[in-house]
Amino acid sequence: MNIHEYQAKQIFAKYGVPTPKGIIANTPDEAVANAKELGGNIWVVKAQIHAGGRGLGGGVKLAKSLDEVRELADEILGMTLVTHQTGPEGKLVQKVYIEEGADIVDELYLSVVLDRAAEMPIIMASTEGGMDIETVAHETPEKIIKIAIDPSFGFQGFHGRELVFGLGITDKQEQGKMIKFAKALYDVYMDNDAEMIEINPLIKTASGDFMALDGKMGFDDSALGRHPDIEAMRDISEEDADEREASQYGLSYIALDGEIGCMVNGAGLAMGTMDTINYMGGTPANFLDVGGTASAETVAKGFEIILKNPNVKAIFVNIFGGIVRCDRIANGILEATKMVDVNVPVVVRLDGTNAAEAAVILQNANIDNVITATDLGDGAAKAVAAAKGE
Amino acid sequence: MSILVNKDTKVIVQGFTGKEGTFHAEQCLEYGTQIVGGVTPNKGGQEHLGKPVFNTVKEAVDATGATASMIFVPPAFVGDAVMEAANAGIELAVIITEGAPVRDMQAAKACAVKNGMMTIGPNCPGIITAEECKIGIMPGNIFKKGNVGLISKSGTLTYEGANQVCNEGYGITTAVGIGGDPIIGLSYKQLLQMFQDDDETEAIVMIGEIGGDLEIQAATFIKENITKPVVAFIAGQTAPAGKRMGHAGAIISGSAGTAKEKMDALESAGVKVVVSPAEIGKAVKEVLG
Repeated sequence: MNIHEYQAKQIFAKYGVPTPKGIIANTPDEAVANAKELGGNIWVVKAQIHAGGRGLGGGVKLAKSLDEVRELADEILGMTLVTHQTGPEGKLVQKVYIEEGADIVDELYLSVVLDRAAEMPIIMASTEGGMDIETVAHETPEKIIKIAIDPSFGFQGFHGRELVFGLGITDKQEQGKMIKFAKALYDVYMDNDAEMIEINPLIKTASGDFMALDGKMGFDDSALGRHPDIEAMRDISEEDADEREASQYGLSYIALDGEIGCMVNGAGLAMGTMDTINYMGGTPANFLDVGGTASAETVAKGFEIILKNPNVKAIFVNIFGGIVRCDRIANGILEATKMVDVNVPVVVRLDGTNAAEAAVILQNANIDNVITATDLGDGAAKAVAAAKGE
Repeated sequence: MSILVNKDTKVIVQGFTGKEGTFHAEQCLEYGTQIVGGVTPNKGGQEHLGKPVFNTVKEAVDATGATASMIFVPPAFVGDAVMEAANAGIELAVIITEGAPVRDMQAAKACAVKNGMMTIGPNCPGIITAEECKIGIMPGNIFKKGNVGLISKSGTLTYEGANQVCNEGYGITTAVGIGGDPIIGLSYKQLLQMFQDDDETEAIVMIGEIGGDLEIQAATFIKENITKPVVAFIAGQTAPAGKRMGHAGAIISGSAGTAKEKMDALESAGVKVVVSPAEIGKAVKEVLG
């Protein structure tokens, strides 16, 4: 689960990670009131969406008067912001964060993520703040410092020294401030079961202080149960409606732009099915994993979600039953044809646990547009042909 | 021969009396696995599926001499269960449970390594040595005994791959589902070496997925250490790039972990890479002749 910048900064503040002062606003009036409350004569109006690249997309702007705060809030609220991380459809801005202006003398980069190979959290830092970190990694990998931290020993002094010397910080006071900053951020990561924290840029102000000018946080979904405060920060408007509906039924769904709807058990086989369709000259319309506990109801729901997509010309049901029993899936297909108007050909391949019983169920039902397949290759070929109207 | 487990392996089940634990322990017993008991706190002294129940793994190991454990406890307790097994002298823990917090698995894996315990999973179908020992949730009947070793991140692709291998008239020595979580136990490298050293295994099927760089590491390892033929499939060639919020995750290894990158690396290591999982069986036939 991801959260907004303003929420990440609320968490940072609890741990003593310095941030500029800011207040969230839902309307231009609130934006102006917030700016007044913050004081000063320069403010930043920042669109709150779950994606990076907001500045380049026109979602972060500087205001030098209260009138300008109003104008910019009015412009940004309600806009559909397109960045390199939102996809071409963009994201609707529903909240703006009003933040005090900062006196920036330097921009750095700092993040904490899991290093899968080292099997421990890693702090990544760079002097190239404000730039896309993937570009930095690609063009000047030597400018990225990586420091792995073994949680059984925690953040030690030497971790801090590696960080500040790596960043070329020579002033002793500044070294102390940066080490404190990084240690606090590591604590934020560990205490909250974060998946990643990224601060880009982390700024140095004229007075030699470090501040998180931006903040992105993602969390381990499996650990949300023990963090009700984090779960409460969920913004469902940031999530795809169909994907969310599917997840409520234990289905994992991602829409794609092809013509063949897929219903498969297991993420690996689901991807493998998409790959096979592609290999046979067709295009997958979605990724759909029915999970390990598929019932007639979930299968019917799956059909409903797949068929919402008007591009779907055929459906390929590909099940290799292990825990999932094929007879249940077959009954689900029968149920679905009663509950939903399945108006495209459905190619069905059921193998594994109770496949023989399932075949009998489908045969006896004798549904018009159900085509049975013997294996994965056969099923994909039949689905591709059906989508082409052959 | 086979790797890791065989008909003599003594297995306990952690989370023995729960719904999942009961159902799958029963299936494993039916397959012939030597399940010698199980652990459920506060149910010690009872009998379940005709086997003794213990309060702690230590008691279970002392009483039964078990060396392997199959873990079915709920996600929030997985880390604790793995550490308990490691401290009780279990040699191999197979973690089936899906949804264990990553932070817990990080600590549990470190503890397992320190105690010399191997782990498989979490969030995996388990391990099966055909017609001898099944520690997991896979449908046992599709794994016929033979000379092909199988390693897979994905559960259902394990079944798909094994089924095709058997339909071509070959069979499986041992199949291992390693899981696809951020922190996993045994990975391609260690298992490839075990299959290389196993006399009965003549070819290896390796099934991977997009994300991370385990398959890239495996490719380097194969080039240098594996002389047996390897067939590989990488799922997710057509998967769209994820809408990630930050960039930090992908650059750790300096690569985005795309299917193409992995397929190219494996191909240049001499692996027979198939574009569709429907071709796995045929490819095995080709390499075995």
